[in-house]
Amino acid sequence: MALRIGCGSGGAPDRVAPAEDLARDGALDYLCFESLAERTLAQGHVARRAGSAGYSGKLDARLRAVLPHCVRNGTRVLTNMGAADPLGAGEATARLAAELGLSLKIAVIEGDDVLGLITPDTRLEETGGTVESFGRTPVAANAYIGHEAMVEALAGGADVVIAGRVSDSSLFLAPIAHELKIAPDDWDMLARGALVGHLLECSTQITGGYFADPGYKDVPGLDNLGYPLAEVDPDGSAVITKLAGTGGCVTPLTVKEQLLYEVHDPAAYLTPDVSANFTTVRIAEEGPDRIRVSAATGAARPDRLKALVAFDGGYLAEGEIGYAGPGALDRARLAAEVVRKRMTLRNGFNGELRFDLIGATSLHATAGRASESEDIRLRGALRSMDRRWADMLLEEIESLWMGGPAGGGGFRGRVTPSVITQPTFVNRADVRCSVRWIDA
Amino acid sequence: MTRRVMLREVASARAGDKGDVSNVGVWVYDPAHYEAVRRSLTAERVKAAYPELFRGTVTRYDLPGLHGLNFVIQHGLEGGVNASLNVDSHGKSFSFLILALEVEID
Repeated sequence: MALRIGCGSGGAPDRVAPAEDLARDGALDYLCFESLAERTLAQGHVARRAGSAGYSGKLDARLRAVLPHCVRNGTRVLTNMGAADPLGAGEATARLAAELGLSLKIAVIEGDDVLGLITPDTRLEETGGTVESFGRTPVAANAYIGHEAMVEALAGGADVVIAGRVSDSSLFLAPIAHELKIAPDDWDMLARGALVGHLLECSTQITGGYFADPGYKDVPGLDNLGYPLAEVDPDGSAVITKLAGTGGCVTPLTVKEQLLYEVHDPAAYLTPDVSANFTTVRIAEEGPDRIRVSAATGAARPDRLKALVAFDGGYLAEGEIGYAGPGALDRARLAAEVVRKRMTLRNGFNGELRFDLIGATSLHATAGRASESEDIRLRGALRSMDRRWADMLLEEIESLWMGGPAGGGGFRGRVTPSVITQPTFVNRADVRCSVRWIDA
Repeated sequence: MTRRVMLREVASARAGDKGDVSNVGVWVYDPAHYEAVRRSLTAERVKAAYPELFRGTVTRYDLPGLHGLNFVIQHGLEGGVNASLNVDSHGKSFSFLILALEVEID
């Protein structure tokens, strides 16, 4: 009997209902919720600094929807929704269980918080410099930790495992390693489990999401995508599939596209658990929406763990106003020039200021691609540690309504607090992960 | 006889991001076109197509068994998701920068 593992979310914004469908109808052994992008964890730290909860705002909604089904069906839950505050998330889960009348053994994984290891001399991978030379104060640092502490939690009988910055694939590898009794140095088997995790971790990205291109790659039922599940066999190979009756599709191509998603060297995909080689992987269609993946191989895990250091990024200001009809592009360009002059020459802003002509050139503006259009949104953006510059940009763009080129309409603007993250590496031996138990 | 086509006619692509590094996986639909696409779509060519955006090294990794190519673009995301001022700070749309390039197929 294959081990059945479902994906209940592939990121913070993911919908709740498809997870409930899986919990109810998927005959799952495990349901894993991935919820932490680089930005999401950073946002958790911002929220926690501001006095709000540092764990996922969807924790309650997701677990409330699935836990009664999971308890009934004997499905255990793992998640990284603990984000910047795993213990807080564990306590919130205990309160929810009490409210729902469920008896649960909850395990909280701690130890990914490595701010204490970050010094002014810590080297940042992308800048090539140090934390000190980066010129900002670190507000948080989290290491991508592996599957082992979660396996310990499962071995200890956890019904729900709540972690923070565990590596996405580790969240799914943990139940596979626990059930198949994979040794921590069985690199090929760990690679197969990591592959399953890698394929499931973005939920709908393997069931037809992030894929459709009308006329080239059509997807049925894109408005009702199901979340994926894997049927993992004892040899570590797995069938990726989804519930019957849900929208989307699982095909060799949806699996291939996801195979390389966020991968650099496919022969050495580095996770905390294993260096996985995806170039040996075989992908075979076994039936409609049933794709078997096998033959991943592995090599020894890296000695160091990747960590993200978060710095206060100040404020991101984005303001827009629209121009349409004949001459729209010229009027939008003139408006941008006005705002640039106002901000730099008159107001004295000397930071980076960006303008996009949405409708003609925006997402691909830096790449130099543009098209003709008579329906343009001018977007101005800046980042600043000083909230006043952020507010000032929006005021200048809003002023275009009355004082800019003809026919400007539809001003919208917002200021968002932000965190900047930079990768670094920490010694594995310095990161001590542990399991804390909460009985509910 | 060779002909020039937009890559989108013969392949699919998906973009991913880690920090300031973008990767675009390219999958050739028809195995018969794989070698030609591989010859045509070099890392140098991809970097040269968008030099202002793809500021760092572009490396291509090949998956001949699955007819895939993976382009890894260092410093390709204007600072990355938490620092870029681009609307698409993840570079999710970069797959279509690659798909818009022309390739020579047999």
